[in-house]
Amino acid sequence: MTTSAATVLELRDRVRRHETTAQSAVADALRQIDAVDGAIAAVGQVFRDEALAAAAAIDRRLASGDAVGPLAGVPFTVKENIATVEGTTSASSRILEQHRSVYDATAVARLRRAGAVLVAKTNMDEFGMGSSTENSAFHVTRNPWRPTHVPGGSSGGAAALSAATRGMIHLGSDTGGSIRQPASYCGVTGFKPTYGRVSRYGLLAFASSLDQIGALQQSAADCALALGAIAGEDAMDATSRDAEVPDFVALLARGVEGLRIGVPREFFPGGVDAEVRELVEVAVAKLEGLGAEVREVSLPHVRYANPAYVLVSAAEASSNLARYDGIHCGRRVADPADLIDLYARSRAEGFGAEVKRRILIGTFVLSSGYYDAFYRKALQVRSLVRRDFERVFADVDAVVGPTSPVPAFPIGERMDDPMKLYAVDVLTVPANLAGLPAISLPCGSTRDGLPIGLQVHGRALEDDVVLRLAAAYQSSTDHHARAPSICAWRSDAAAGSSGTARGRS
Amino acid sequence: MAATNVVGGRGDSHAGSGWEAVIGLEVHAQLATRTKMFCRCETRFGAPPNTLVCPVCLALPGALPTINREAVRHALRVVLACGCDVARTTKFDRKNYFYPDLPKGYQISQFDQPIGDGGRVRYELDGEQRSVRLARIHMEEDAGKNTHVAGRQVSQVDLNRAGVPLLEIVTEPDIATPADAVAFFGALRLMLLYLGVCDGNMEEGSLRCDCNVSIRPRGSLELGTRAEIKNLNSFTFIENALHYEIVRQVRVRESGGAIVQETRLYDPDRDETRSMRGKEEAHDYRYFPEPDLPPLSFSADEIEAARASVPEMPLERAARLVGELGLSEYHAGVLVQDHEASRFLDRCLELWPEPKPLANWLINDLKEELNHRKAGLVALGLDPQRFVDLVRAVDDGIVSKQQGRELVRKLFDGDAPIAALIRELGFEQIRDDSVLRAQIESVLADHPGPVDDVRAGKKNSINFLVGQVMRASKGKADAARVAQLIEEILGR
Repeated sequence: MTTSAATVLELRDRVRRHETTAQSAVADALRQIDAVDGAIAAVGQVFRDEALAAAAAIDRRLASGDAVGPLAGVPFTVKENIATVEGTTSASSRILEQHRSVYDATAVARLRRAGAVLVAKTNMDEFGMGSSTENSAFHVTRNPWRPTHVPGGSSGGAAALSAATRGMIHLGSDTGGSIRQPASYCGVTGFKPTYGRVSRYGLLAFASSLDQIGALQQSAADCALALGAIAGEDAMDATSRDAEVPDFVALLARGVEGLRIGVPREFFPGGVDAEVRELVEVAVAKLEGLGAEVREVSLPHVRYANPAYVLVSAAEASSNLARYDGIHCGRRVADPADLIDLYARSRAEGFGAEVKRRILIGTFVLSSGYYDAFYRKALQVRSLVRRDFERVFADVDAVVGPTSPVPAFPIGERMDDPMKLYAVDVLTVPANLAGLPAISLPCGSTRDGLPIGLQVHGRALEDDVVLRLAAAYQSSTDHHARAPSICAWRSDAAAGSSGTARGRS
Repeated sequence: MAATNVVGGRGDSHAGSGWEAVIGLEVHAQLATRTKMFCRCETRFGAPPNTLVCPVCLALPGALPTINREAVRHALRVVLACGCDVARTTKFDRKNYFYPDLPKGYQISQFDQPIGDGGRVRYELDGEQRSVRLARIHMEEDAGKNTHVAGRQVSQVDLNRAGVPLLEIVTEPDIATPADAVAFFGALRLMLLYLGVCDGNMEEGSLRCDCNVSIRPRGSLELGTRAEIKNLNSFTFIENALHYEIVRQVRVRESGGAIVQETRLYDPDRDETRSMRGKEEAHDYRYFPEPDLPPLSFSADEIEAARASVPEMPLERAARLVGELGLSEYHAGVLVQDHEASRFLDRCLELWPEPKPLANWLINDLKEELNHRKAGLVALGLDPQRFVDLVRAVDDGIVSKQQGRELVRKLFDGDAPIAALIRELGFEQIRDDSVLRAQIESVLADHPGPVDDVRAGKKNSINFLVGQVMRASKGKADAARVAQLIEEILGR
């Protein structure tokens, strides 16, 4: 028997109405994590004592009638690359295994100010580099729908935990699909806001011009709730936008009637799995049935987006990761022979193979003599991709397609060939290159029972339109409400071999 | 010896030889902002190590830079004062290299879109107006400071300086002699002081420069291979290092050798430059646009506001002091070189438009008193009104010159009004001729000899008699008036 609220919105309301307490909400979140994490290994650290103490403080305020924030008592987790004063902020890398942040990321500080309570940090591909969470320096996270399969990545821990629990906010980060692709693989709703909507202050940078914090939830409505709390200009991040932060939850009610949806043929290249294509086509038909107007559009340069993404992200990463040099913070080898030895061995021992590969690629493409042929060319492609979207968005309000060309794949399958792993990002990187808001929401499962994600892009700063489309779809479908059999909130958690409908109470 | 004939004066190390030097400077000026370039830490000098730091300038994981607008406004004013083209859009770039004093592993600088392009700095040398063209002006951040602990295998890093805003001003290779380099550098320093954008303190490293030097056959238009001398932080070091380097290069060439492109360090103790690293070790800095900082552009209003805030520059000022205010070239020159005194004079002139007496007292007696107190006008907070009152008291004959000098010495002991000081010291002059006459008559009666001398036409004796009257009046008599009266009385 459990008191878990089905959604974060519902939990928030129950705490407000004094139907439950912050302490019981947090205790329930901790219990769920304890119940599932042995099977999925989604979590790196749990902050039991700190979380219960914070919840108790909120309950005291609630009891004495003091003002509490709009998310009072809501438990939340953050990815290992988001700075928190609790525990370590390792980006799942050996080089930062012992790194303790002296400050909270702005997104974390805002959630705390809203009354939310940090309960855990979630596993990821080291520094966000990967699409399977197999690149974590610490452990491999498993897909709750099929533990032999990857949860996607790099926010694989957040996606897996989001799928297997309920009543929590999960913050991830998305550089080339790192929220949307694992959301798609784990059957949850993952939203990457417009670049600049959410402050990056305290997000350990992978590729600064692409990184964006967002949430992985059971529904678009919960994504909207989380976004409302973390969005807005931040004096600590010069790239944050000073756009108004509307009540994203209230705007969901507007529905999709009259919205024009573009379906680009370039989002269905040869590599897209037939089942993925079918399910996405059915989902588009559903949106049409709900009143949206669907038309075919073309984004001709999207086919070059992935190589451009690999170069731009690697270039920025090679510079962003230079600070992990063994001198200032992070791992330092003992008894270095000299300065060069200190640098070389601290980094050689501290970084994993994929991170080193990207640093090498990035260093190469920025080098004198190669800059024009690679980095500059990639920036030109980036402009073309952005212009493609601008042109299309003159005629449509949203662009939809699959999130990933394939469903979750078996652990180990793509680790021997980085190009095979990079290929799964092909449909998610365009949104990062163009800085657009994009969401992945479940639109069914393969015959094998693996979730498939539908991706929706919107115009810059029209995060509300993207969330609205997703919410409208979810209000008339139940794909997002399905949960894997190991999910923690069910009293019969261990029972059943296939998915079960997730109760909406 | 071939080298001896190339050594001329320090002004022209190669005078009389077949070679001429080509010199370009890269000047680094610390912008006088309260906080750092990309965070809100203070820029104070001399704080205990690693106390003026935060997650941003420590480069802690996840921290991001934000732009100090004050630093940008300072930079913009320098750009306008030097007549550079203001960039329509300027952006920051990352200069990537590893060094322990560089916590991010890159320096935020400007590469291909600096805030200012071109421009010119004028200076005077040997009474002649000359100028140096600028290549560019860009903004960047300073690094920290490494200290090697003597006797131990330990190095320490202080990041108080890390992120301090710098302006780099790069000249074209227009400079021909060490003397020109020093004169240019001095003129530029003065401009920065006038603009209030840099404190010009070279000992604390607020202003320093790198010198690029090459030589070529006199009259040739080609540029030779250059050496770069790093981090010179005094006028003397610049002059000596350039002199040494030019002579060295001439010797190398005349003995059949070739100059190698390299970075050299000047050692003031041995007065020589030494190779630090060669071209083959040159860094590939892998510059690319700083993705954490959006590009900046300036509206016409912003540029006009910045232009309006550019004060009169030293050379214009000197011309005006001579031409409009009638000061001597000497007074004007001294005043222009002393920026504090110069600004102080402006404030005084607003209160009392008599430049000559003010400049005279400022340059001579006030300056002497400041030297004596080893402090500046700004530090001592002198109110211009009190200084004007003092100079006027002398000018109006209320006190004597000598008494004026004593007042200057009392000027910084409190903030009493000058009138009160004069009363307190009993300095008011006797302005009543009948009182003066009585004192004179008494002195004349006591000194019949000198009186006879005066009558006989010995002018010096008048001075003696005036002195006696001054003594009798305890200095309260106006010496000039006393002399007039004695002449009257003695019927001359």
